[in-house]
Amino acid sequence: MSGIPKAIGIKPRTLRCSSALKLLLCLFVGTSVAQTPKAATSLLHKEAPEFVRIDLENRRLDLRAYKGKVVLLDFWATWCASCLLEMPRFVAWQTQYGPRGLQIVGISMDDDPALARKLYKKMKLNYPVAMGDEKLGLLYGGVLGLPLTYLIDAQGTVQAEFRDETDVKLIEEQIKPLLRP
Amino acid sequence: MKIGLVGRSRIAVFIVFAFLSSSAQVRAQFAQIPAESAFSIPEAQLLKPEALVQLLQTTNKDKPLILQVGSHMLFAQAHIPGSEYAGQGSQPAGIEQLQNRVNSLPRKKLIVLYCGCCPWNRCPNLGPAFAKLRDMGFTNVKVLYLANNFGADWAGKGYPVEQGH
Repeated sequence: MSGIPKAIGIKPRTLRCSSALKLLLCLFVGTSVAQTPKAATSLLHKEAPEFVRIDLENRRLDLRAYKGKVVLLDFWATWCASCLLEMPRFVAWQTQYGPRGLQIVGISMDDDPALARKLYKKMKLNYPVAMGDEKLGLLYGGVLGLPLTYLIDAQGTVQAEFRDETDVKLIEEQIKPLLRP
Repeated sequence: MKIGLVGRSRIAVFIVFAFLSSSAQVRAQFAQIPAESAFSIPEAQLLKPEALVQLLQTTNKDKPLILQVGSHMLFAQAHIPGSEYAGQGSQPAGIEQLQNRVNSLPRKKLIVLYCGCCPWNRCPNLGPAFAKLRDMGFTNVKVLYLANNFGADWAGKGYPVEQGH
C-alpha cells in the first residue's frame, strides 16, 4: 500500500541518458520523491517554526534553545504503529550522534497525555518529548497524518520532511552530513 | 561522455535493482507490525474521496452522517465539513462514544466513517469502529478510503476542510 520511502528535499541527480533510462528513472524517482504527499504546507528550506512547551519531565522545551544543534523533530502518537517502530532507532541515534550535535525532539499528538507518558517510560526515550496540540500542528502546516518528522539544521532551517513510513536509513543518511565530524 | 549500449543496460539494471532493494528494505522494516488494520473492512464498503465529494454535492435529503473515528487532535486541525468527531475507534471509550452517537439512528441510515491518522493498513481505528456499527445492525455503512492519511489524500488534494472541535 505505502511502504515507499518518502522524503521531500531529496533531489535526484541529473543524468544524461537514453529515453529508456529516463523512463526507468521516472519509475524510480517517481515513486520515491514525486509522489510525496503535499498534505501540509511544506516547510522545506524555511525556518522551523519556534515553539515552547513543557516536556513530559516538566522541563522547558524551547526549540530556539537548540540553535547550533541538528534537530530531528518527530511528531508521533501511541496509535501510530510506524512511529513506534522508528523510536528505538531514534534512541540509538541520540546516543550515537548526540556528541556530534544531534538533538531529537518528540512531539506526541496523542489526545491523552497519560498514554504518551506511559510509552515514554516504557521505551526509555532519551530525548525530550512534549505534548502537541492543534495549534502546534497548524504552526507546522497541519499535522494531518503520522509519522511526520522534520530534519532541522544547526541554523534552524528545515532540511528535510519525512512523511509516512520512511526507511530509517534514508533519514540517517540525511542527518549525518549535517553533524559535526 | 558517450555511454554504450552495454553501459546503458548496466545502468538500467542498477536502477531497477536499487528501486527494488529500497522498497524491500522499507517493507522489511515495517513488516513486523501486527497492526489491527483496516483491511478487515469489505472492499464493497469502501468509498473513495472523489465519490464522497460527489455524494456530498448531490445529496439533498438524507445526507450521510460522517463520523471521524480517529485522533481528536487531527480532527481539530482539519476535518470534512459537517463531519462529527465520534471517538477513537481503537479505544474502548471511543467505541462507547460512537455507540452513544448512533444508538438512536435507524439501522438503514447511511453512515460514513473516516480516520486518516496513518497509512490505511496501519489504521487501528477504522476496523473496530466498522465492526461496532455492523454488530449494532447498521446496514449502510461506508468507510472513506484514505491510502496514506487525511492530509495527503483529502486536504492535500484540495477537498474541503474546516477546523475546530
